[in-house]
Parts: sequence; structure tokens; C-alpha cells
Amino acid sequence: MKKINTQIFIPIAALLILLLFNLIADPSFFKVTLGYNSVGNPVLSGYLMTVLDCGSELAILAIGMTLVTAATGGQDISVGAAIAIAGSVILRVLCGHDSRPTELQAPIIVAFLVACVVAMLFGAFNGVLVSIFKIQPMVATLILYTAGRSIAAWINNNELPIISDPKFGYFGGLIPGIAIPTPFFIAMGCVIVAALVLKFTNLGLYTQAVGINESSSRLNGLNPTFIKFLTFVILGLCVAVTALIKVSRLSSINYSVIAKDIEMDAILAVALGGNSLSGGKFNMWSSIIGAYVIQLLTTTLYKFNVQSDALPAYKAVVVILLVVFSAPTVRDKMEEISKKIKTRKVTKGVV
Amino acid sequence: MTKKLKNMTDTNLLLTITIVVFFLMYIGAIVFQGKGFLKPQTFFNILNANAALIILSCGMSLVMITGGIDISVGGVTALVSMCCAVYLDYKGGNVVGSLFIALGIGLAFGLVQGFLVAYLDIQPFIVSLAGMFFARGMTTIVNTNPFNVANEEFVALKETRVIIPGLGSVNKLGKYVNAYVEIGVVVAIIIVILMFIVLRWTKLGRSFYAVGGNKQSALMLGINVKRTKFLSHVICSLLAGIGGYVYFLHVGSGAASHAAGAEMNAIASSIIGGTMLTGGVGNIAGTFFGVLSLSTIQNIVSSAGLDQAWWTGITIAAMLCLFLVIQSVVMSRKNAAMKK
Repeated sequence: MKKINTQIFIPIAALLILLLFNLIADPSFFKVTLGYNSVGNPVLSGYLMTVLDCGSELAILAIGMTLVTAATGGQDISVGAAIAIAGSVILRVLCGHDSRPTELQAPIIVAFLVACVVAMLFGAFNGVLVSIFKIQPMVATLILYTAGRSIAAWINNNELPIISDPKFGYFGGLIPGIAIPTPFFIAMGCVIVAALVLKFTNLGLYTQAVGINESSSRLNGLNPTFIKFLTFVILGLCVAVTALIKVSRLSSINYSVIAKDIEMDAILAVALGGNSLSGGKFNMWSSIIGAYVIQLLTTTLYKFNVQSDALPAYKAVVVILLVVFSAPTVRDKMEEISKKIKTRKVTKGVV
Repeated sequence: MTKKLKNMTDTNLLLTITIVVFFLMYIGAIVFQGKGFLKPQTFFNILNANAALIILSCGMSLVMITGGIDISVGGVTALVSMCCAVYLDYKGGNVVGSLFIALGIGLAFGLVQGFLVAYLDIQPFIVSLAGMFFARGMTTIVNTNPFNVANEEFVALKETRVIIPGLGSVNKLGKYVNAYVEIGVVVAIIIVILMFIVLRWTKLGRSFYAVGGNKQSALMLGINVKRTKFLSHVICSLLAGIGGYVYFLHVGSGAASHAAGAEMNAIASSIIGGTMLTGGVGNIAGTFFGVLSLSTIQNIVSSAGLDQAWWTGITIAAMLCLFLVIQSVVMSRKNAAMKK
């Protein structure tokens, strides 16, 4: 229990440091105003709302990525490409043969379910490579990473469908009458479902057992192959939900840009949450907070007029600082030093 | 056959598969694609276009053999080409200076990443991910817009051709044209040979395999594990610096989007060449053939008229998948045979 407490402390500390930095630099960061958009719907706007809105996709992905990381000790680097595929499938089902349909060719729920199935199939593909063929996860998912965006373009014949139905925009934008962006609710829904699953099933326990020691978990009657496979399928589901939000934001898709580099952010969220990237114990809440911290960092940088292309350089510095300070060797050293200082004080007191 | 299989080391077995597949593929290309692939220049063009990738992959294989990974090499390549371009054109620098810049950038990345990975025990993936972000971001900070380098000294070096005596073909005008390679290829070949010798016959080279295979036993053999890991990252980034310069020499321009996805191509080439990400298994000769296989496939796809951009991605992925499964099956059968 004590270990989990220190683990969740890492992303919360990062969160607090960032918030404090913003408070000192410019308190207007915390201003949230209620306004009306062009259609006349109420909308809350402000930097904090942007964080809640744009961090949602990352939070949803972080759920699946945490499970995959915990079970396999590797990461799925194909999520960005898989999102492109799932998004492309959604648009394909909604548009049918016409790339600019006046009305939807299928209900949105059907399109979403089809995308879920497709994304889970691709997840299963990764899962088979990892669990049955015993290929390292990063290498196995490299395949889909290379092919994903090409497959996405191929599904829609490289056309760029545009959906004009305003209802489709609800998932990535606002539902009329509700001032908080919908992605936040979707993310919260996913988090609650994940929390319930972890609470009422043994998925979490089994995943950790497989991640900590595969052979001993098999001796205890678990099926490590199936559990590894399952985590990839769950990540596939997360990918489908993220894809729905992503394509709904634009009501269209750009195959080479959609969800670009999101896999790196998702892995960072897991690492920032203090989870070991080599598998084993995990803390879902830590990862989810980690995801929002990354979005907070991005938004903060944008606020200070950092170019979007130059953004990664600053992110890298922050990441390095974070991992250096949370590295076990550094922490041990720091503890040693603080102990030395304490003992020195004590001896001084005696003298 | 099985006995021979059993006696072969992992490295040699995977290397043999790669070389056989490469030759089969090239022969297949000649048979199905016609005479284009018979011209020596077609082969040398593959080398010309991929000299930088060969150098990057050598470094990547070294890190993978030691049990790590470095995904910052593509970013370093872009940063090197942008910095050198700015130095040559805007600051009025000379070629020798730009070469030192390239080596300096590579060395700096290697020292920092190696220190973080080896001495602070941070996962190499995260460290080099941050390295990649940093390099890509810095590239845009140095200069946003892509531009061609006009420095005369540099252009002369870029246009230098090394003629291969005795090989050539008759062009459309009926004139005999000698086959040529660019300077980058010569550098790449020298590096491949050097790395091959170091990894196979020196104490340092063998210690890379030992650390990647089993850290504990390497420690007990008296190998300085931390220093070995540190060195692997330094060499990899240094090679990324050299590779970046060779890339720059090939394209002759600086742009933030340069070498996009080069790290993934380098990893893919290393894997096709029989290097395993778990460490301890790999061969530079395999890596060399891995790059050639990857680029031959690309050439076949584009010359087969499948010009739509998606086909390249899909075929490379299919090939990668095939190789991974072959590796996995071969290794597991071999392990089973060993147990018997």
C-alpha cells in the first residue's frame, strides 16, 4: 500500500509544480469563462477547459497502455496508426460510397461498433504476435506502426470524406446545452468502466502476476498467453473510442497527421505515472493523471507562444528532469545525502 | 540438417536466413521486373540512397545487441543536417567545420543518453524518446524553413562520384557509362567493416554481446557493465552524427522533416538482419543485408507500378512481419531441439 502511495505522488507532484508555475507566471491561466459559440450554445472556455478537453484521448489510451505495459513489459507503438485505421473505418461506414454525403449512410453507433471490431482485430493481431510468437511488443507493433496509416488511406481510397451532419460533431465537441466538452465525459466514462472492471474482476491482479513473473503465474494456474492477448484487445477498444473523438473533432480525417506521435505521449503518460515500463505492478490512476499532466504541459507551452514544431524540445527537457528525479539511483543518492545532513545536525546539536 | 542447425549459433543462423532471402528477392526482382535490376547502377543507386541508413542501422544494431534501444537517431540526423546547412550557408562556414559540428552533436547526444541509461538506470526507450523529441524540436528552433545549401565547397563534395572500374552499362544513347557510388557509400562501407571487426574480434566487441546476453554473468566475468552500456550509446549516437552528415551529403539541404521515421527503418533493418531486441544476438553483416533487403523491396514496389504511397508501407510491414515470425519459429524450434 505504501508503495502505491509514493507512486501516485509522482504525477501529482508534477501536476502541482506545473500549476504553481502557471499561477506565478500568469494567473489568467486559471480563468474559465462562460460564453456562447457561433450556434448559440453555452460553452466554457479557458486554458483549464482545453486541458480537460484535449487530454481526454490521452487518458483513454493511457488505460489500455498501462495494461499492456504491465502484462508484457513492452509498449504498443502502433496506437497512432491504429487510430487512423479506426477513424478511417468510421468515416467509411458513415459515408458509404460518396465522400461528401448529405446525410449519414449508417447510424453513428453502427459505425462506432464496426470500428471497435476492426480496432480490436488489429489489437488481436498485435496480441498474437506478442503472446503466441513471443516477439517483443515494441517490435511486433512496429509492423502495424509502419503499415497503419497506409491501410487507413487505402480503406477510404485515399479520399478525404467530410461529414456535414452536426450530430457527428457532438462526440468531439459540445452537446447543445452542456457547456463542458463531450470528450471529457467520454474519458470519465471509460475511466469509471476501467475502475469497475479492475474492482470486480481479477484482471488487474492477473495482469500484474503475468508481468512480474510469467512462469510462476503459469504454475499458479493462469494462462499468460491469453492475458497478454487480452490486454492488446482491450487497448484496441480504447483505440476505437479515441478514434471516434478524433474524427468527430474534425468531422474528417487526415491520414498522415491524425493522432501523430500520440503513442509517444501515451507511453510517457504511463512512465510519468511512475509505472515501471518493464512490466509488473501498475497503478491506473497514476497513468490517467499522468496523461492530463502531459496535456497541461502542452497547453502551458502553447500559452507561452511556443511553436508547435518546437514543442517536443521543451517536452523532452521536462521528461528528462522528471525521469532523472524519479530514477531509483538518484533517489537513493538524495536520501543518503539528506540522511547525512540530518545526522550532521544531530551531532552538531550534541556538541 | 537438424544437427547442423543445432550447432549453429543464433547469430549465424539468423544471418544466413537474411542473406538467402536478400539474394532470392534480388533474383526475383530481376526475373519479374526485367532488366532494370540487372544494371549494376540500380544496385549502386540503392546503396547511394541508403548509405546513411546503413550507418544508422550499424549503431542501432550495436545498441540492440547490448540490450538497449535508441530511437533518437532519426532526430539526430535531422538536427545534424539542419545545423550543418545553417552553418555552411548563413554563417559562412567551411566543410571541415561542418563535419566537426556533426560529430559534436552526435557525441553530445551519446554522452548524455549513455550517462542517463547506464549510470542512472533509466530505461533506454524513455531516454532516447526524449532525445528524439529534443532533436526534432531543436531542428525547428535552429531554423524553421527547409532550404538547399549553395556553399561551393560542399556542393563539389556532394557531386563527387567514386567510379567503380569494370562495372557499367550502356545507356539509351548507346554510350557506355561507368557505375558510380557517392562518397557516403564509401564511408558507410568502411564503418560496416570496422564495426564488423570490432564486434567479432575485439574484447570490447565481445563484451557488448556478453552484457546484452546476460547482465549478471557479464558482471561475474569481470566486465564493466555500466561502462559497456555507456559506450554502446556513445558509439550509436556518434554513428548517428556521421550518418546524419552522410544523409546531408546525399540530399544537400536542411529541413525539420528530414529522415522522418529513419529510426523505425533502422530498427526494422536491424531486425531483418537478425538482431534481436532482447540483446546478445546480432551481426553487422546481417544489418547491412537488412538495409539492402528493405530498400530492394521499396525499389521493387515502386518499379512494379504500385505508385500509391500506401503500398510501400504495407509491403515493408508485411516483410517485417514475415521475418519476425520466421525468427520466432526458428528460435523456438531450436530451443526445443536443444532441450531434447
